[in-house]
Amino acid sequence: MADKLLITSSPHIRAAKTVRSIMLDVVIALVPASVAAVVFFGVKAFGVLAASTISAVLAEYLYEKAVKRPVTVGDLSAVVTGLLLGLTLPPAVPLYVPVVGSAFAIVVAKQVFGGLGTNFVNPALAGRAFVLAAWPLHVTSAWLNPLTMDAATGATPLHAFKGGQAAGSLVDLLIGNRLGSLGETSAIAILLGGAYLLMRGVIDYRIPVAYLGTLGLGVFIFGKPGALFQGDPLRGILLGGAMLGAFFMATDYVTSPVTPKGRTYMGIGAGLITLLIRYWGDYPEGVTYAILLMNLATPLIDKFVVPRYYGYAHDVAARRKANRAGGELS
Amino acid sequence: MVKAKRGSGGVSVPDNKELSGRMPTEDAGIPAELTLFLSQHTGAPSKPLVNVGDDVKRGQKIAEAQGAVSACLHAPTSGKVKAIEPRYQPVLGREVDAIVLTPDGENTLYEGIAPVGDDLEAISQEKIREVVREAGLVGLGGAAFPTAVKLTPPPGKTIDTYLLNGVECEPYLTADQKLMEESAAGVVFGFRALMKGAGVKKGIICIEDNKPDAIKAMEEAAKPYPELEIAVLSHRYPRGGEKQLIEVVLGREVPPPPGLPLDVGVIVSNVGTAYALAMALKTGLPLVERIVSVTGEGVARPVNLRALIGTPVSYLIEKAGGFSSTPGKVVLGGPMMGVSVRDTDVSIVKGTSGVLVLPAEAVKTEPVLPCIRCGRCVEACPMRLLPVWMAAYAENGYMDDAEKMRVMDCCECGACSYVCPSRRPLTQSIRLAKAHIAAKRRAAAKK
Repeated sequence: MADKLLITSSPHIRAAKTVRSIMLDVVIALVPASVAAVVFFGVKAFGVLAASTISAVLAEYLYEKAVKRPVTVGDLSAVVTGLLLGLTLPPAVPLYVPVVGSAFAIVVAKQVFGGLGTNFVNPALAGRAFVLAAWPLHVTSAWLNPLTMDAATGATPLHAFKGGQAAGSLVDLLIGNRLGSLGETSAIAILLGGAYLLMRGVIDYRIPVAYLGTLGLGVFIFGKPGALFQGDPLRGILLGGAMLGAFFMATDYVTSPVTPKGRTYMGIGAGLITLLIRYWGDYPEGVTYAILLMNLATPLIDKFVVPRYYGYAHDVAARRKANRAGGELS
Repeated sequence: MVKAKRGSGGVSVPDNKELSGRMPTEDAGIPAELTLFLSQHTGAPSKPLVNVGDDVKRGQKIAEAQGAVSACLHAPTSGKVKAIEPRYQPVLGREVDAIVLTPDGENTLYEGIAPVGDDLEAISQEKIREVVREAGLVGLGGAAFPTAVKLTPPPGKTIDTYLLNGVECEPYLTADQKLMEESAAGVVFGFRALMKGAGVKKGIICIEDNKPDAIKAMEEAAKPYPELEIAVLSHRYPRGGEKQLIEVVLGREVPPPPGLPLDVGVIVSNVGTAYALAMALKTGLPLVERIVSVTGEGVARPVNLRALIGTPVSYLIEKAGGFSSTPGKVVLGGPMMGVSVRDTDVSIVKGTSGVLVLPAEAVKTEPVLPCIRCGRCVEACPMRLLPVWMAAYAENGYMDDAEKMRVMDCCECGACSYVCPSRRPLTQSIRLAKAHIAAKRRAAAKK
């Protein structure tokens, strides 16, 4: 009996949260947005979400089988990636778009770089960037009118807003009764999911707050063409994919900084780039590229934004200098 | 009442103190054999004063302190010295010389044992320091640092505050809690003696809010003394760590190693240490016994036992009703920082605050997954270090880079490993780097 005692280094107890339980929380948090998408855009929305999710899981399974790595679909991260990618697409998009997008996200953006934990950009956003480049027309015009579910022509509210026109009532924007991608229409559904993640301690509030705060402030200052400080910050945040991006994309652990302060910078940076693309670029929407660019900046942020270690001087400059020299800091 | 600050990092851990916390403390009695390690702690081993075959009595000094960081050792009960030989010391993790004692069951007191007095006014500072040294007092919170060293700060350092550590933030353990509940007056007397010994005018008794009975008892006992205050801290691990306690209670930060609390004018001692000094002054008996929590889901009757130093772990588990199911792990200390042992033949040392038995089904090893950089370890680190990178450097052999990230400042509290959702052994990797760097520094010092 006694010779069967286990010997390990302390600690001897562990917290309940695991990678799988965290990913499951994210899936649960995406349920309201997914349900809202199906309610407003019907069976086509369901088809897109199912296609992207199944494709992501299948791609992970097949790739890991092919290269003889342990199969990791059980950690549910592929489900999250697939579902997120589906939510960024318009409802009437041909089904091969989510299928190819998810496969690209999993294989090229994630597995080739070593799988979960070692990808350097958010796989779902990389997948979206890929399909945006491959089928720009499908991804930016396959809209459906909500509830009636007939093909919509014309610009999305974000286009109209960019042109300085009215962009729908706030109530419609909040519940999701408008043109747009599946997951970006209903702000309430996303907030519900985001609140769940915050409550469960899955995401850090700093990223969404800094992101949406920066974007809102920027829209307020520059949002109205030809006039300063007259923009509509609320519509600036609610339109487009900023909400989905702030709560579900920019908060991806692997591709965001590890320090609380670094995460604030990540949010501010993503907000600024979104603003730049929306108002000074030709693209109507900048969330995808803003977050992808901040993903690339993450290693740099982690290198320079380090906490003041316990017991070390408050003088930041002295600390940085000592850090570079590898010398003593006290 | 002292208002506690927020402090850095930390994690919320399950309490599990109700297991052993409800029962009154019991006497463990005298086991068939006692093993008294000459190295109870890091620092120089003590030098034996007895030979094999000698008869010794309870409280008799059997080994003398040697060098600056060292403490005396005393016979916990009367009996015969059976052997002086290397035995496995569980905390140091290697064999060290030990005096093995066969008790005669008489428990005869040594003739030299006489009370010093119970009027602190009448006892001089020098006398208190001498008693601390002669009684072999060490920190009973776990690290077992010789108390005499703390009480004699180098010239030029002024100490303004003495913190009494009754936080006991480790889950399961209730040894300090029971001591405060049952012997509050003795603890306060010992604390005032420690303060006088160190020449400190202000004392703060620090307790976590999950021990309301202990807080009440200590408030009552400290009431007559205006120099004493109580600080009630919210429950968060590892608040009871020396550096964390100083940060939370006083808002001061101890400088990095080799900095000590006295560099910021503070001394911290455990409530058990204070009580041991009270005993030494009131009865003359040196540190020969302590309260040990024998607890965990794996023992039949979790309880706090007043046990002689050197008692075998197997004896203590028996006194707690034996194993309740197949044991998976036996830990000396708490679940966060304790040391797991390979069998129950080992003996407790002065710093052993608990014997924790986890059942076999509770210690299933989980697969280690790749790091997802969630940053939980960064937020948990009470030293505000970056365990995520330190561990990654250590695992890949980049010890110099780990050193630049201040891996040597790590207090090994285990909070990072505890919160890791990928179940990575961060603390273990960091220990590896620390050992590697310490060896490198020793080699460099030799040259």
